[in-house]
Amino acid sequence: MKIMKSFKLTKTLYSFIFVLIFWYLLHISVKTAAIPSPYETIVNFVEIFPQKLSLHLGASMGRVFLALGISIVLGSMIGIWTGISPKADSMISPLVYLLYPIPKIAFLPILMILFGLGDLPKILLIVIIIIFQFTMAARDGVKEIPRELTYSVKSLGLTKPQMYLHLVIPAILPKIITTARISLGAAVSVLFFAENFATTYGIGYFIMNQWAMVNYKEMFSGILALSLAGFVIFLIIDLIENIVCKWVQQGRQE
Amino acid sequence: MTAQIVVKNLHKYFGKLEVLKGIDIEINKGEVICVIGPSGSGKSTFLRCLNRLEEPTDGEIVVDGETITAPGTDINKIRRHIGMVFQQFNLFPHLSAKQNIMMAPLELKIKNKKEAEEKALELLDRVGLSEKADVMPRQLSGGQQQRVAIARALAMEPDIMLFDEPTSALDPEMVGEVLAVMKELASMGMTMVVVTHEMGFARDAADRVIFMDEGIIMEEAVPEEMFTNPKNPRTSEFLNKVLTT
Repeated sequence: MKIMKSFKLTKTLYSFIFVLIFWYLLHISVKTAAIPSPYETIVNFVEIFPQKLSLHLGASMGRVFLALGISIVLGSMIGIWTGISPKADSMISPLVYLLYPIPKIAFLPILMILFGLGDLPKILLIVIIIIFQFTMAARDGVKEIPRELTYSVKSLGLTKPQMYLHLVIPAILPKIITTARISLGAAVSVLFFAENFATTYGIGYFIMNQWAMVNYKEMFSGILALSLAGFVIFLIIDLIENIVCKWVQQGRQE
Repeated sequence: MTAQIVVKNLHKYFGKLEVLKGIDIEINKGEVICVIGPSGSGKSTFLRCLNRLEEPTDGEIVVDGETITAPGTDINKIRRHIGMVFQQFNLFPHLSAKQNIMMAPLELKIKNKKEAEEKALELLDRVGLSEKADVMPRQLSGGQQQRVAIARALAMEPDIMLFDEPTSALDPEMVGEVLAVMKELASMGMTMVVVTHEMGFARDAADRVIFMDEGIIMEEAVPEEMFTNPKNPRTSEFLNKVLTT
């Protein structure tokens, strides 16, 4: 386990160095102020993070976490329901298939008209884009539970809520976490877009605003902050997986 | 003496297909019944009707004097007295061997944590897996998983145990260890209904053997008679096939 961890650490370090080298090469070859050197950027990042950047980043991350949380809970609940009840499946699944491929990002103006200019339309936009993945993951997870496993839980005389707790939720949890990992990228991208409109705090706003003010160093610090935040959330999801899906990890190590 | 399980005129349809065509049987307390027969004969369906994992279409099942097919029966309560072991071991993948065994008694508040744990360790010892208490199912062999599954069913202190081809999914070298646990259980006076292809087990451990085919009980006899002198031509045909291969 210890060896695994240090191995992972060196891998992370290696990829950081790789990105830095690539960035630096880009900086010296392109020779434009739009790509400041890594060194300058990091110095600037450290300088502006406590007072400025952290506020923007905090606002953005709050929105992402809220949107992810709502999508996971609501999406999974709908998914479990569709997985268990054939009637719900025949009603909801076609709806999901119809709505999922629609580029809902275009609905931002409508959401802003309906729900004002605050956090709500931004969070809602992310939710309506990523919730479908959670619904489908949960539904498929429930459907994949072997019939015999259901029998054996029933044969122990367990009640319905106990079945959900010990059979259904453990069955869908690994899928939900994988989906969270995949949806995270989409959530951050959508947020970046949404924060370009009628926003005063948010990393998307910060980056675009610095661009408009031709302050490329700070713009890049913003990009760096967003990337680091994404990385940290990824690690958090890994950590949660290690805690709640221990048994999956153990199986993999076999 | 009244029988512990009484099945009267049991019918089961899957859509239009009639899988059980009128089963009548009485099983006494402490009796070990082995149900044999070709696949598709309705053996497993019959077994699953006994704790209503399959809803009987028609007929009556009485367990310990209670008609479990009557409307309004709290089937969960009855299932707690009827342990069941399946072909696939069906352990909870997210719980250790010990936790698997403790789960039902704890959840149903039949035992407190300490009692449940003591019982689990005692049962693990009984199935010869004391040292595997904290191991996760994925790290156990098939035979070990099945023995944990038996222990899990026993943790509810059932009066009746149902086995649905408990050794069919096992590698051959692991069949023996599971059958040994079942034999011990039989010798302790547990009422058992075992659907099996292990003719050796049926011969050694059963009080009565039932041959099912096409949804009915074709023949029922003590093992001696069933295996040496079957009355029904279908029985001898089946036995010839399974005993020569």
